[in-house]
Amino acid sequence: MIEFRGVTKRFPDGTEAVADFNLVLPSRKTTVFVGSSGCGKTTLLRMINRMIDPTEGQILIDDVDVASQDKVKLRRSIGYVLQASGLLPHRKVIDNVATVPVLKGTPKAEARAAALELLDKVGLDRSLADRYPRQLSGGQQQRVGVARALASDPNVLLMDEPFGAVDPIVRDDLQVELNRLQRELGKTIVFVTHDIDEAFVLADQVVILSKGGVIAQAGTPAEILAAPANDFVASFIGADKSKRDLHLQQREGDGGLTLVVDGDGRPLGVLGSDQTGSSSS
Amino acid sequence: MELLFSAIGWIFDGSHWKAGSQNPFPIQDRLVEHLLYTFVSVGIAALIALPLGFFIGHTGRGRQFVIAFTGAMRALPTLGLLFFLLMVFGYFLSYDTAPIVGATIAFVILAIPSMLAGAYSGLEAVDRQVIDAARANGMTEWQILTKVEIPLALPLIIGGVRAATLQVIATVTIASYAGLGGLGQIISNGIGLNDYDRILGGALLVIVLALGVDALFALAQRLTATQGLTDHRPATSGRSSSRSAGPHASTGA
Ligand SMILES: Nc1ncnc2c1ncn2[C@@H]1O[C@H](COP(=O)(O)OP(=O)(O)OP(=O)(O)O)[C@@H](O)[C@H]1O
Ligand SMILES: [Mg+2]
Repeated sequence: MIEFRGVTKRFPDGTEAVADFNLVLPSRKTTVFVGSSGCGKTTLLRMINRMIDPTEGQILIDDVDVASQDKVKLRRSIGYVLQASGLLPHRKVIDNVATVPVLKGTPKAEARAAALELLDKVGLDRSLADRYPRQLSGGQQQRVGVARALASDPNVLLMDEPFGAVDPIVRDDLQVELNRLQRELGKTIVFVTHDIDEAFVLADQVVILSKGGVIAQAGTPAEILAAPANDFVASFIGADKSKRDLHLQQREGDGGLTLVVDGDGRPLGVLGSDQTGSSSS
Repeated sequence: MELLFSAIGWIFDGSHWKAGSQNPFPIQDRLVEHLLYTFVSVGIAALIALPLGFFIGHTGRGRQFVIAFTGAMRALPTLGLLFFLLMVFGYFLSYDTAPIVGATIAFVILAIPSMLAGAYSGLEAVDRQVIDAARANGMTEWQILTKVEIPLALPLIIGGVRAATLQVIATVTIASYAGLGGLGQIISNGIGLNDYDRILGGALLVIVLALGVDALFALAQRLTATQGLTDHRPATSGRSSSRSAGPHASTGA
């Protein structure tokens, strides 16, 4: 469990990125911070592994104040994935993945063997192990970034717009795989995005932020979709537009299929025969 | 042209290479002196400039000061400095050591700016995202410096050392004025004797030495420009079309 208690961050130039922020992020769940650019998402995330220190307040991981921990040790115990992958360009994929275990003193051969298994886990072919990051596509680099973050088997995984720079199809893939991984691994994931659809796909808890790190609404995707707390949330999730206003449409000539259409009558898909499982979070 | 061939012939004259022959011979002794001055001066300068450059590049502190300072250092005329130092040290030190100390200090001062600039600008050129990720992964500042910044900046760092070394090789030629030997002694001796073969031969030797050392540095830069920084895909993928000139692609030239 990660807990923000009255956290404020004021940068030296006077910018108040986050003000009196309070939130509990449950263990083994995915919490997604979503909000427009500059609302303080990255600042919140980086305060968890002390890449940024709060001006006021506390952040606790499993009831231990992170401020009381050694920065380097803390960071080695937390996985971190950035938008631009941030892989070491002069090291092979395999050594990038093994970075943190090697820093922690795991023998190199052992760390590499474990890294190979991680490549499998994130859906990368082992033949890529000896490549350098530049020789990979953006999507592949992001997978390596995820593998590196998982290498020391951390309980907490921080992800800052990890899929922001890849094309929509690859992004969909990566989202599906992250969900699969999460079902398998059960990490406490803190994920940052400004894409509300991505937030709904991944989140157990969605936290919609407005300027200055103010929580506009926090809840499950279903709760937020069903009852936007205010106009800001409604417009942010697009509930005021026709795309969230879905209807079922029975088609006569198509053998009784039920279509799902949006407010403008655009067909989005066909209603499956198993309708019950689809709304679980 | 004839002059040139005659000078080359002079260089290859075996008697000029015979051990124990009259000053300014044998040539190899002057070569060794020349190299010794160069490497000692560059070595001392490196011990000062590289750590300082790493500190500035890593922390971003003191940059303005150092730019101003190295600018001033570069503006110092080395020859003037050399004679000034010889005079100063002549007061304190013995007749033998004063020239050595004075000349070495002048060469060190000459070598520092290029190396300093290579070191800090090399570190500054490293992608901030990569450093940020290294830090977020739990590398200590020392590990970031030694495992990330220096390896990635190595071609530029070596470039600075390379420029400094060439400047010093060229300038050590004037060390003969201080009676220190080196290839410059062959030239000044030739001037004294009005012997064009000697003057030109000595100058050619300086050029060859400079080119040879420069080639070694070029090789070192090429070898240290890690594979990961050039955009070549492994041969197996066979997609030569995907090669593009990255920002580092030309540093090995
Ligand atoms: N080092 C800094 N110094 C001063 N102000 C900063 C600093 N870092 C961030 N800020 C400011 O704090 C606010 C929040 O920044 P933050 O990076 O957390 O936003 P974000 O929600 O992650 O935005 P984006 O979606 O664009 O990444 C912004 O107004 C930003 O300009
Ligand atoms: Mg951000």
